[in-house]
Amino acid sequence: MKLLWFHLMPYTDLPDDFKQKHPSVWVDIDSRLFDPARAHTMYNDFLDELEFAAEVGFDGICCNEHHQNAYGLMPSPNLIAAALARRTRDAALCVMGNSLALYNPPTRVAEEFAMLDAISGGRLIAGFPVGTPMDTCFAYGQNPSQLRERYYEAHDLILKAWTTDELFAWNGRYNQLRYVNPWPRPVQKPHPPIWIPGGGSVETWRWCAQLDYVYAYLSYFGYKLGEATMHGFWEEMDRLGKDRNPFRAGFLQFVGVAESREEALDLYTEPALYFYERCLHVDARYAAPPGYMSEATIRARVKSQVVQAATASATDSHAYGRPAFEEIVSKGYVIIGSPDEVAEQLREVAVNLNVGQLMLLLQFGNMRKELVFHNTELFAKRVAPQLSGLFEDEWENRWWPKPLAAAQRAVPRSLA
Amino acid sequence: MTAKAPKRLAARTLRIRGEKVRVWEKGRGRPLGVLAGLFGYPVWTPFLEALAAKRRVIVPALPGHPGGGDFRSLDDLADWVIATQERLEAAGLLGADLVGLGPGGALAAEVAAFSPESVKRLVLVAPFGLFDEREPVADFWAKRASELPGTFSARPAEFAAQVLAPPAGADLIEFQVQQVRALESAARLLWPFGDRGLAKRLHRVAAPTLLVWGSEDRIVPASYAKRFAAGIAGRTRIRSLAGAGHRADFDAPDALAKAILDFLK
Repeated sequence: MKLLWFHLMPYTDLPDDFKQKHPSVWVDIDSRLFDPARAHTMYNDFLDELEFAAEVGFDGICCNEHHQNAYGLMPSPNLIAAALARRTRDAALCVMGNSLALYNPPTRVAEEFAMLDAISGGRLIAGFPVGTPMDTCFAYGQNPSQLRERYYEAHDLILKAWTTDELFAWNGRYNQLRYVNPWPRPVQKPHPPIWIPGGGSVETWRWCAQLDYVYAYLSYFGYKLGEATMHGFWEEMDRLGKDRNPFRAGFLQFVGVAESREEALDLYTEPALYFYERCLHVDARYAAPPGYMSEATIRARVKSQVVQAATASATDSHAYGRPAFEEIVSKGYVIIGSPDEVAEQLREVAVNLNVGQLMLLLQFGNMRKELVFHNTELFAKRVAPQLSGLFEDEWENRWWPKPLAAAQRAVPRSLA
Repeated sequence: MTAKAPKRLAARTLRIRGEKVRVWEKGRGRPLGVLAGLFGYPVWTPFLEALAAKRRVIVPALPGHPGGGDFRSLDDLADWVIATQERLEAAGLLGADLVGLGPGGALAAEVAAFSPESVKRLVLVAPFGLFDEREPVADFWAKRASELPGTFSARPAEFAAQVLAPPAGADLIEFQVQQVRALESAARLLWPFGDRGLAKRLHRVAAPTLLVWGSEDRIVPASYAKRFAAGIAGRTRIRSLAGAGHRADFDAPDALAKAILDFLK
């Protein structure tokens, strides 16, 4: 199986009374809380952490896109990925990803992803999220009733731009371009692997199946709540006649490793609470602009008590309640323990959810760099070996980058 | 409720480019078109009833509203104006007096600007369409469920029970879908809030125009009445309805109907 190290890049200095004094971490967060000099250190720490993860052997490193959000300091993940492309050698660069409807024209994504693929020598995983309502409809003012149509059209345009050798004209519903001819073009042919981060909508599952993309379920609420979604995904694959190749699926999980469970509790309680209390303090006002969710999904959600409960816990309780750390652990939001305990649980998660591309959040909340390194190193040395090879005898990972051969790869000059 | 209606409510289904569009009609006298506000009209209301006491009230449902047909094929303002114009034509309302509320008000103003001969006299009830950064229109889409009734109405408990809650016997899921769809249609037309050029076109509105606002409108500030009046070429009059919120047709149906009927006398 593949192990990817995911950074959200949370602002680490939100005040203790953030939740009491501020309505939301997202969209209308108080700009006076942002200290650019501190952000200078944070960005450099975060890049160090991603580079360290690549160095100790993670298969891939991930970044993503958020706007006006204090738990995601990456309005442009492509800037981060560009920096990483120069300072890493073999790790896949998983940009998870560019919210397609926010790029005007969307050929910008075709160009920048092609640049990243070229600079990195073919290591890019191209993530195509729709984007959250907070990012797309509120921070970026996209019309929620048109967002998905624009997203699908942008996708079609980018794919055609990557796979057509001739210059062409695009006369779409939302984009009209007389001359489409991106320069540069991606190293990977016909294009970099495409991964789709999604919630639990059936339409997205079908779309991923139809186009043979990875579906990545990115939830902050761990494997227990994720189980229903992933089982739904695999049942849908069965119905569509697709195989159960675990590499079709990605899943996100918070993990804290220490020598013992007690030590892990000691080390990871504070950063986890920081994440769940401050970073996820999202005002429910921004959660459901009309049209963002399809009518089919609304019907399915209203009908499904299970999903309804999960949604409620994902919005209400975290917006207004205070999850105790015991609850965060017992519900599986964060997996903590000794290397053996973590490995055992993650193996169970991977097998039970049938997920071959496991994305790990080993930095969360206000975790300081030394602890991030510690967590990452323990994971790489003592957890990863216990998971290596899983699924690989039986299944082919057709969704992994195919970089240039080592002899063809440029070596960046080292700094003086 | 006002005087007994002279004629029963009639519902017709128009075919407009393959779409089925519901048109309600009630009352005698000269025709008066009504373009609904937020949520549309799932049921005939006391406001419409009060208008129908004096006029032949004709209510073509707007795209995305209950009975209004598809709205997701409408991509830009030109599409919306044409869809509205087609409903007015098909309902026999061209050249008639026209009342528009909220998003229906924005569309009525656009039709009157694009095609001044289409509207004889115009009534805009808390219309959308203009925007002033110093006094922005409230983002009613960004509200918690508990805040919604008080955002739309100065009678929040009644609004919650009579407009936001499904009527007896309704399919709960489908009612919810219909309600979200109506809000989505407003979003498709108006999101993100801002001036889409109506300010530049208002001078084309030649019809005598009544601008009515609830004094307690928490969505479109009542001061916008003056902005509309300043831009419209035709004679304008501004009326404030004391104690009414954004959905003045719900909060003060009789007072609103009287203001409109007085103006159109």
